[in-house]
Amino acid sequence: MATIFEKSIPGRKGVSLPLCDVPCDPIIPEAYQRKTTLSLPELSELGTVRHFTNLSRLNFGVDTGFYPLGSCTMKYNPKITEVVAGLNGFANLHPFLPQLRQGGMLVQGSLQVIYDFEQALCEISGMAAFTLHPMAGAHGELTGMMLIAAYHRDRNNDKTEILIPDEAHGTNPASATIAGYKTRTIPTNRKTGMLDVNVLAEMITDKTAAVMLTNPNTLGIFNSDVAKVAEIAHQHDALVYYDGANLNAVLGQFRPGDAGIDIMHINLHKTFATPHGGGGPGSGPVGVQKHLEPYLPISRVEKRKDGTYSLEYNYPKTIGYIAPFYGNFLIYLRAYAYTMLLGAEGLTEVSENAVLNANYLMHRLKDVYTLPYDRPCMHEFVLSAKRQVANGVHALDIAKALIDRGFHPPTIYFPLIVKEAMMIEPTECESKETLDAFIEAMREIAALAERDPKAIQDAPVTTSVSRPNELRAAKAMDFAAPA
Amino acid sequence: MSFIANTPTQRDEMLETCGAASLDALFECIPEALRPKSFDLPAAQSELEVQRYFEDIASRNFANLTTFIGGGIYDHFIPAAVSAITGRSEFYTAYTPYQPELSQGTLQAIYEYQSDICRLTDMEVSNASLYDGGSALCEACQMALHATRRSRIVMDSGINPVYRTMVYTYTANLSIDFEKVDVTHGQSDRNRLFAALDENTAAVILQNPNFFGVIDDHSDIVEHCHERGILVIQSVYPVAMAVLKTPGEIGVDIVTGEGQSLGIPLGFGGPYLGFMATTKKLVRKMPGRLVGRTVDRNGKESFVLTMQAREQHIRRDKATSNICSNEALCALRAHVHLSLLGPEGLKNVAKLCLAKAQYAKQRFSEIPGVEVMTSSPTFNEFTVRLPINAMDLVNALIDRNIAPGLPLGRFYPGMDNYLLVAVTEKRTKHEIGILAETVEAVLRQETR
Repeated sequence: MATIFEKSIPGRKGVSLPLCDVPCDPIIPEAYQRKTTLSLPELSELGTVRHFTNLSRLNFGVDTGFYPLGSCTMKYNPKITEVVAGLNGFANLHPFLPQLRQGGMLVQGSLQVIYDFEQALCEISGMAAFTLHPMAGAHGELTGMMLIAAYHRDRNNDKTEILIPDEAHGTNPASATIAGYKTRTIPTNRKTGMLDVNVLAEMITDKTAAVMLTNPNTLGIFNSDVAKVAEIAHQHDALVYYDGANLNAVLGQFRPGDAGIDIMHINLHKTFATPHGGGGPGSGPVGVQKHLEPYLPISRVEKRKDGTYSLEYNYPKTIGYIAPFYGNFLIYLRAYAYTMLLGAEGLTEVSENAVLNANYLMHRLKDVYTLPYDRPCMHEFVLSAKRQVANGVHALDIAKALIDRGFHPPTIYFPLIVKEAMMIEPTECESKETLDAFIEAMREIAALAERDPKAIQDAPVTTSVSRPNELRAAKAMDFAAPA
Repeated sequence: MSFIANTPTQRDEMLETCGAASLDALFECIPEALRPKSFDLPAAQSELEVQRYFEDIASRNFANLTTFIGGGIYDHFIPAAVSAITGRSEFYTAYTPYQPELSQGTLQAIYEYQSDICRLTDMEVSNASLYDGGSALCEACQMALHATRRSRIVMDSGINPVYRTMVYTYTANLSIDFEKVDVTHGQSDRNRLFAALDENTAAVILQNPNFFGVIDDHSDIVEHCHERGILVIQSVYPVAMAVLKTPGEIGVDIVTGEGQSLGIPLGFGGPYLGFMATTKKLVRKMPGRLVGRTVDRNGKESFVLTMQAREQHIRRDKATSNICSNEALCALRAHVHLSLLGPEGLKNVAKLCLAKAQYAKQRFSEIPGVEVMTSSPTFNEFTVRLPINAMDLVNALIDRNIAPGLPLGRFYPGMDNYLLVAVTEKRTKHEIGILAETVEAVLRQETR
């Protein structure tokens, strides 16, 4: 599709602005003026709306169809939460208003949302306190690493490294490094698909600041030794960080706080159904136990005796600001509304049905694709296209063939420890009919891979483009339309 | 209501396929000792109840004040078409565009957004977005430290004070030297800034317009820094870019900023939009996603995520940043907003802001006891010194439904009597008049 710049006609306008009602001779001194031409798109409002409407038709969202993208939890985003986030009292509230009548007397509604949602997350996770400031999961991890560093600094502990399992999301080692730590990789036990506590016990040293753990991990396996992991870490004065990317699998079944976890984050856009927006915005609240609470970022919301809420900044040990204000408020507002719609029982049904749906798919697909870890899974499981590779059909080809059959592909080539990985996460929202249709497509593709591999290698044929050349993109370095 | 489609009958059929006796059986991997000690949450509520609850809560916020608060976040007009377009679920219920064939809408829109940012700032390359203006500045620092392999950063005190403290927090566990250089007459103090530089300085951070609303031409600073191998990071206000000398014009190395003013609601702090633009020379050090134009296997023009060898999902601990989720939907809002406004519309907004701020400045200057800081030119925001504590004035005006500006005492010790006043195109001559009259009346009473 032509870019919007190619559709632009000089002089066309897409919006009308009020006439200037004050004396209109503002002068910017010559030295401060822009001298270059500003070239932005020039379209009518209709032209703009059509451009973007047609672009949207080249997209695939959860509302379009089945989106079993493993680890990303593409569940349905209830429409009422969009309505709540659009309410005037929230959407048009300036974030500096708390500075105008101190303690936040002008924003009591928003402070109550923050306070109550933090309390709800504490109950859901078993942690003692939360901050809603981190603006995405990875931002939560980074905040967590900063908290860990502050904790050890405060105790004069000389800690230099973070231990991270090899199946972890790439954000884990990246966050630890950005925060100034060295990372060491814990190999996953190839039989159990889990972090092996004996290996951990051998690797951990007095220099270890923390161990990061995703549970269930990215293979969809719950580590029943999680309490033991915490015990080993604590013996070395190290903390345990729980990556809550997969918390949706254990809602109401397991709380990290009950297992000795010191610190964790939750990806609200996964577990609590806030929309992914084509890549963001997210929200990644961080929960801590009591011993880490003094270091939480500022500001924090406190409840006064008279029932009002106040915004407080005076915490001597705080790490400071990790966000300019209070995090992605309109995102966690949606997540809070979602928890109210579900309640304790509904949240438990989420994990039950997410796990049931995943196990059902796994059972119906494991005879045609390789299942490297053949054991009951949690909310997701990882298949390998090993068998299909013999015929020249790779995970990428299977993904593209699924596109032609109306499905978004699973996550492919992750986790890195499984060759030709296809990571499938159906979520709790999908019906058996949808799952059956997906199973049928996957089985048909497997059969076709043996009979006519080229038909799969040629996919997709139903989309506007097919297998864009990534190498050429990296070489061409065409990142912006020439003005 | 848990949005689950399967009926009990279907559930039983599926359990049978799995060879599981019950739903509980699926969780046998969780030891009994690790089952929740408590899971005490309010009972589920209906959609109607939840809507009423939040309508009530929202009404307790003072969202309808006539606002003159800025400080980096501005109350600009947002055309209706912005939300209409970004409310299309094909955009907002999609994930990161990892499968380009199913994401050409998002990918092309990001490519166009990157083009907008490059054109606004006169830079060569923009990433697909970062969280907000503050974290974007922190990322720029990391980028400069890595690119130069030096460990000292010099900051102008005119940068957003919250961003400044964010930079400290982000680097608390690294060994980085910082020096903050105070502004003089509201502008960057060249003498002291240059004196603060040494051979270990990685970057100088500037802001234009700065936190006090003052505009500047930083070209001499850029020249001075480049002679010493020091990078210049400039944080900018995108609306002002329509009329102010651009970072690209003066050779800035890394541009960051808060994109909230481009069609994103105030939203009590977020989600907003961090933008970052740089030169092609530095692109391999840049954080975040990047979309590139290419062709598909049939030679058809298409868009993909590119240069991913910088990113965490490929490079893990060697990545340029840990960022994964960004602010894609906010970037789309900014792109739609800029497409509707066009170059003339954006210039018009900038000029309206400038003219109305000028008018407000004049009105404030006529109030006895009020001093408008006028030694340097400003854009849409300016500082006034009051005869009383700014908090006292603010409190009195809120009772009259006006938020007259941001008191600076909290951010700058000793500036308790200073108020930062912002005026956007949404404020009318009438509203500015009422502001000035009310301030005058309150001061008359307070100082009597």
